[in-house]
Amino acid sequence: MFWNKEIETLPKEKLKELQLERLKKVVKYAYEHVSYYRKKFEEAGLKPEDIKTLEDIRFIPFTSKADLREVYPFGMFAVPLSEIVEIHSSSGTTGKPVVIGYTKEDIEVWKEVMARSLTMIGVTKDDIIQVAYGYGLFTGGLGFHYGALAIGATIVPTSAGNTRRQIELMRDFGTTVLACTPSYALYLAEYAQDEMGIDPRTLKLRVGSFGAEMWTEEMRKEIERRFGIKAYNVYGLTEIIGPGVAHECPAQEGLHIWEDHFYAEIIDPETGEPLPEGERGELVLTTLTKKGVPMLRFRTRDITAFVSRTCPCGRTFIRIERIRGRTDDMIKVRGVMLFPYQIEKAILEVQGIEPHYQIILTRPHYLDEIEVQIEMSKEVFSDEVRKIEELRRKIEKRIEETVGIRVKVTLVEPKSLPRSEGKAKRVIDKRGLS
Amino acid sequence: MKIKQISVFLENKKGRLYEALNVLAQAEINIRALSIADTSDFGILRMIVNNPEKAKEALEGAGFTTKITNVLAVGVKDKPGGLAEVLKILYEGDINVEYVYAFVEKSGEEALVVLRTNNLDKTIDLLQQKGVKLLDSKTVESL
Ligand SMILES: [Zn+2]
Repeated sequence: MFWNKEIETLPKEKLKELQLERLKKVVKYAYEHVSYYRKKFEEAGLKPEDIKTLEDIRFIPFTSKADLREVYPFGMFAVPLSEIVEIHSSSGTTGKPVVIGYTKEDIEVWKEVMARSLTMIGVTKDDIIQVAYGYGLFTGGLGFHYGALAIGATIVPTSAGNTRRQIELMRDFGTTVLACTPSYALYLAEYAQDEMGIDPRTLKLRVGSFGAEMWTEEMRKEIERRFGIKAYNVYGLTEIIGPGVAHECPAQEGLHIWEDHFYAEIIDPETGEPLPEGERGELVLTTLTKKGVPMLRFRTRDITAFVSRTCPCGRTFIRIERIRGRTDDMIKVRGVMLFPYQIEKAILEVQGIEPHYQIILTRPHYLDEIEVQIEMSKEVFSDEVRKIEELRRKIEKRIEETVGIRVKVTLVEPKSLPRSEGKAKRVIDKRGLS
Repeated sequence: MKIKQISVFLENKKGRLYEALNVLAQAEINIRALSIADTSDFGILRMIVNNPEKAKEALEGAGFTTKITNVLAVGVKDKPGGLAEVLKILYEGDINVEYVYAFVEKSGEEALVVLRTNNLDKTIDLLQQKGVKLLDSKTVESL
C-alpha cells in the first residue's frame, strides 16, 4: 500500500533531479539564514552556487552533534522563533542537549513521511494504533502521532510506561498496531503472559513499528513469534526530523529512506570519504526540505550500508540495512570494520558465559593485529592444558568466522583486566604508539 | 581411592607462581606434590595439599581461578623402571594418561606419583588387580 504512490515510485532519474533541485535550494537557504553554515562555508572557501551536482555535496563540511550542542539553544534555527511551532530536544548523557525547532511546514513533512511509513506496512484509517513511544521532547511519540493522524487511524496515545494498562487497553480497545521500542515490545509480551495470564497472540495486534534503539533480526523473530504479528523497523533521529527518516517495507530487507526529503550518504567514518555502494559505513543525512533547522551532512554515527537491489515492493527509494552499530564503538582493523559486541557474542557462544574481555590492537610490522584477552573463569577452567588450548582455539575460530579476521586469543587471570566505573574498557588501541 | 588435586590458572607473568604459593603459605597449607604445565601464554599449577578445600578458599580469596579434580596417588617401586611398569599396565588396558607427576616425599620404600587418566574408575580397578598400591586421601593428607 502506498500513501503517495507517485512520489514513492518516482523513476530514479526523476528522483535525482528533484533531489538536486532541493539540495541547491536548501544549501542556499542554510547559508543565508544560519550563521553557523555561513561560517563553515567561508572556512571551506565554498559558495552555495558551487553545488552543481548531487556529487558536489561532498564539498560541504560535515555537521556533528558537537556542533549542534555548541550553538545551544537556537543557534541552528533558520527562522525567527515566531515561525517555530514545536520544539524537540535530544539529551545526551554529556554536554548540552541538541534543540530542533519545527515550522508548520516541517510538521507537514513529518506527517507525510510517517504517513508513508505506516501506510507502507498496511496501516489504514480502520486501524487502532497504540503509540507507546514517549510523548514529549523525545520525537518518538509525536512522530507516530502525526503520521497516524494524517492517515486517520484511531490513535491511543498511551506514551511509554504503565505496562499493565498498556496491555489492558490493547485487549479492551482491540489495538491492531503497536509502536514502541523493540525491547519494550518484548517486555510487554512477557508481562502479558507472566503477570496477567494473557497470551499476547490472542490480542488483535497485526503489525508493529519498532525503533529508537538498536535491535537484531533475532529480536524481530522473537517479537513476531510472541505476538503473532509482523514487526517492522523504523529509523529516525531528532536532528533530522524524528521517526520517519526511513522505514521498512513488507519485504523486510532494509529500510526505504524518504529520499525526496532526506539525502543519504554512507562514508568511511575515519576519512570522511564516500564509500562504494554496498559497503558499510557511517550514515550521513542532509534534510532537503526542512525550514526550521536545515541540516547539512549530519553525521549520524550510525553504521549501515545501502541495499542496492531493486525492492519487490515497487518503491524506487534506496534502502539501508538495519543499523549495525555506532561509530563510537567501531574498530577498524586492516580495513575491516568490527564491533566489540561481535567479539563478545562469539566468545559467549563458545564458552557459554558472559566474558570479561579486552581487545588490544597493535601494529607490530605495519600490519594490524588483534589480540583478545579473556579472563579465565571457574566455569571453563580445566586442569588440562589440552582442554584450555582447545577452548582458546575454538574462540579464535568463532571470532574469525564472525568478524572475518584472524585474532589471537589470550587467556588471562580473573580481574586482571582494568575496569572503569564497573564497566570494562573494551578496546585498547596501541597502533598509534608503536 | 581418589584424592583431590587443586589446580590454579596462572598467567605467564613474573611473580605469579610465587604469589600463589605465598597465599598457601599464609594459609598454612602444606604442599605434598606440585607440578606446572605451561604454554607460552599461561600455566596450570597442580598440587596435592593437606587441605584442598582450605587451599581453594584461600586462593580464590586472593583472586585466583582454581579447580578441584580427582586424581590418584600411586605408589611405585623406587628403582629404575618402577613408573614404567605402572604405565605399561595402563597402556595395555587402553587407558590414556593425561598427566603424571611426583610427590615430594616417599612412602617407605616407594616413590609416590600423582596420576590422572581419562578413566579413573577403570584405572583403579586395573591397578588394584595388578597389586599396585593406591593411597587414599587420609594417608596423603597425613604424609
Ligand atoms: Zn520495499
